[in-house]
Amino acid sequence: MRQSNYYVILFSVILTVVLGGLLAATSEGLAPQQKKSVELDTKKQILGAVMDIDDKDFDVLEVYDRVIKSEVVDFEGNVVTEDSEGNAIVAEDVNVEKQFKKSPEERLYPVFKYFGENAGDEVESYILPVYGNGLWDNIWGFIALDTQGKEIKGAKFGHAGETPGLGARITESEVQERYKGKELYNEQGELVSVQMLKGENNPESKLDEHHIDGMSGATITGTGVNEMLKKYFKYYQPYFNKQGATATL
Amino acid sequence: MSTETVEKPIKKESEALLSKRRKSLVSDPLNDDNPITIQVLGICSALAVTTQMKPTMVMSIAVIFVIVFSNLSISAMRKLIPGRVRIIVQLAVIATLVTLVNEVLKAYAFDMYKELSVFVGLIITNCIIMGRLEAFASGNKPYDSILDGLGSGLGYAWVILAVAFFRELFGSGAIFGYKVFEAIGFSSEGWVGFDYQANGIMVTPVGAFFVLGLIIWVQRNKTGYVEN
Repeated sequence: MRQSNYYVILFSVILTVVLGGLLAATSEGLAPQQKKSVELDTKKQILGAVMDIDDKDFDVLEVYDRVIKSEVVDFEGNVVTEDSEGNAIVAEDVNVEKQFKKSPEERLYPVFKYFGENAGDEVESYILPVYGNGLWDNIWGFIALDTQGKEIKGAKFGHAGETPGLGARITESEVQERYKGKELYNEQGELVSVQMLKGENNPESKLDEHHIDGMSGATITGTGVNEMLKKYFKYYQPYFNKQGATATL
Repeated sequence: MSTETVEKPIKKESEALLSKRRKSLVSDPLNDDNPITIQVLGICSALAVTTQMKPTMVMSIAVIFVIVFSNLSISAMRKLIPGRVRIIVQLAVIATLVTLVNEVLKAYAFDMYKELSVFVGLIITNCIIMGRLEAFASGNKPYDSILDGLGSGLGYAWVILAVAFFRELFGSGAIFGYKVFEAIGFSSEGWVGFDYQANGIMVTPVGAFFVLGLIIWVQRNKTGYVEN
């Protein structure tokens, strides 16, 4: 009886329904909390680009609401507030990973404006999400630029599956610190971005305002970061050009 | 006197809640029959997650949870499971439990979820769990199976925690993120006069091989265990 085909099929069906039901119920039940976790994590990363949040014990969501204002721009640098169906677009809800799969011209580009720790009237820096390919999987980050969009104020990186101890070191503040104060444009005004060098402990002579020390054993991840930054700085260029134009008016 | 003689046969029928045999179900896998050091199972995750204590701790708890509850479920169903599909059934139960753990981590410990999600998913293929289900739970009662799962889970946990202890200590100079070497004055400001130079090899999986090999060596030296 326990070996008959009917029994096997019946058993499998019941097991599938029970386990499937259990999983579905858990997923449904935990969904709101998971959404909150993801939101908190994203906002932590955004703030992390301009503040040292690891040591501070504060309410990330509250601070975020106070010091960050966001907007979404398109490839030409125009601010968009509604999608084609008339639904409002919120920068925090734009999934950068999904946007990354579209062609650059069709993507939405969120911009997070940081108004300083005391939430003043003027923008202190623009925080831009970036997304690219690492060695094993996707990498991403939030880069804070000055109001001209020319100098890096801070960087925060994340990754899906880089090698622990090697490529995964892009998440370490020690590596992220290296980006601070670097320039995106050369003296001729061309976008040259910031390149991470190959190898670690490069001589001082190789490091300048466009080059930072690399990560030993993680050259491909480093190249991925370089590509990602250069591409996204270019995508956001029209936005900053427009900002400059309105500022001079 | 008379009451004692009546009670005795009843006591014999049901085994004590923690009889010697049951205690050994929990204690054997800790040392003499350790899943990692003696059976050499579950090595993959032992290498992957043990760079730091904190994720290792979470991983240990996840594995203990999955192994105990999958042992319990399979044991409870052991008379119903058709022999021809038993491996699939075991896998389905393990996979469900692992997904539950993953979902809970995602909701309540998102940082850990980001770090461990890949490895938590790989608990499904952890040979220790499949091995216990096949070797023990499918032929024993639920309560014994829980004890057996607990034993194997704890046996796995202490070894990976030990590996993580040495890897984090020498690889990052810290324990649970607390900078031990700095605290005892091993820094440029302290009495040693220079910073602790982190041992890079400990952070890579190679370091885990070394530590694990040393633990196995020490243990087999003490217990006199020889592979036949």
